[in-house]
Amino acid sequence: MDERPISPVLKGVTLVMFLFLLAPLIVVVPISFSGDAYMAFPPTSWSVKWYGAIFHDAQMTAAFTISILLAIVVTVISLLVGLPAAYALVRLKPRGAEALGSLFTAPLLLPTIVLGLAILLVFAPLGLLGTFQGLVAAHLIVTLPYAVRVLSTALATLPIPVEEAAATLGARPLTVFFKVTLPMMRSGLVSTAALCFLVSFDEVVLSLFMTGPRLSTLPVAMYHHVEQQADPMVASLSVLLVVLTLVVVLIVDRTAGLAKTFVK
Amino acid sequence: MTAIDLPVAGKRPMSPTAVVMLLLLPIAVINAIGFLWPVVNLLRMSFRDSEASGALLETSGLTTWINVLSDSFTLDLITGSIGVSLFITVLTLVCSYPIALYLHRCSGLWRTVLLVLVIAPLLTSAVVRTYGWIAILSDQGLIANALLALGITPPRLMFNLTGVIIGLTEILMPYMILALLSGFGRLDPRFEEAALTLGATPWKTFWRVVVPLTAPGMALGCLLCFVLAISSFVTPKLLGGGRVFLLATEIYDQAIVTLNWPMAAALSIIILVLFGFALALYTRALRRIA
Repeated sequence: MDERPISPVLKGVTLVMFLFLLAPLIVVVPISFSGDAYMAFPPTSWSVKWYGAIFHDAQMTAAFTISILLAIVVTVISLLVGLPAAYALVRLKPRGAEALGSLFTAPLLLPTIVLGLAILLVFAPLGLLGTFQGLVAAHLIVTLPYAVRVLSTALATLPIPVEEAAATLGARPLTVFFKVTLPMMRSGLVSTAALCFLVSFDEVVLSLFMTGPRLSTLPVAMYHHVEQQADPMVASLSVLLVVLTLVVVLIVDRTAGLAKTFVK
Repeated sequence: MTAIDLPVAGKRPMSPTAVVMLLLLPIAVINAIGFLWPVVNLLRMSFRDSEASGALLETSGLTTWINVLSDSFTLDLITGSIGVSLFITVLTLVCSYPIALYLHRCSGLWRTVLLVLVIAPLLTSAVVRTYGWIAILSDQGLIANALLALGITPPRLMFNLTGVIIGLTEILMPYMILALLSGFGRLDPRFEEAALTLGATPWKTFWRVVVPLTAPGMALGCLLCFVLAISSFVTPKLLGGGRVFLLATEIYDQAIVTLNWPMAAALSIIILVLFGFALALYTRALRRIA
């Protein structure tokens, strides 16, 4: 917006800080192509064997399947539960709508370490630890606030006259919702789905409390792997995950616009 | 969508209140089971006592709290965590400010590209980024090998506080940058031009014009980073290698390893109290700035 020249000092410092910020992501790429048996930088030989190792590691592949399934289930439930809630809060404006909105987003204010412990203490006696249902319930606590918030924003910015026109022309409320409101919310729905998917797929602290020896998610399996041994496999896995994230982000960008979704 | 189906299927319009309640019922149930009840239970748990075997004693009392607040280990843990988190917050601010200022000053495609680079780390798991730091800081890592090539014995950068501070600072930078940017709207370039025209040096303009105008953004970023630093777990655990004791790592150990749930609950509540203090401090600071 301004044409004030940027001083070379600021440019230089910014460059250094950017290098610092991106350093851990950058080094992962060469290490993923390491041919060494242990992690070292720079690697002494090159190969793609660690990419192959991922698919031969039964624990990692199982954890990957669980994580994908979990993220899909959590995303679908978040949309099914979040959309009616957002509709009620934004369109029907019940008394105390703001207080309710705050209550539904409150779980995000708690640090996940505290939330994880709190959920552990309640879920353990119920026998939900180490179960898929337990993981779904725990993840929903952190994805629903995002779902309600993004969907509320999407609903609040829709042009209401279009819906009124449909209603005036004789469409019943449900028809208006499914034929007019929902299609207009498409970008909001896509962003919500992407956000919920990524939050669930990346969630590690809550999952650490909820997983057991028989059931693990990918971030938890990676965490334990890094804790126990330093080999380049996690680097290869990280590169695959970054690519997966990029794909999700690209989908959002194509359908909803990246800047609109993540930078408000 | 069955909730919306009902009024039509019944041919009898439901009252608006009933519709609202139906639409909000699922989220309310999940919120109650997964949030409200666990938090209340957490509070209750801290007033219980546990035996060495891990069995919970039903006697409600203050034993756990007295233990937590009189033991020098936990007191050191609390003050140490606060100190480390404050240090990380300041370091994050110093590292993030130039990037935010640069982003604020540039425009167009370049700005979008850089903004994506700032957000990209946020979209990758903390485990991945911490692993990257292990690759840089470990004995076989980038820095150690570079220093060795120069004939310098590398210092230990990992499994100690240094590693935790470096890693956490980088992990928190995107949050700080975005918080700063949200507050930079007040920074009108004409103010700076005015100061410069009136004879102020660039350095003086920065401290007397730019910094005060961006103070609200800095306050918000610092609040956010302090809160995230004191409650972060993955990075301190992996880069600290079990040798760095902080509140969040201790909560996990007490809950999962030692199975002293009342103690873990009490430490969690201490974190929440610290959150409250940080928030109160932030509101006061904001009022003083404004």
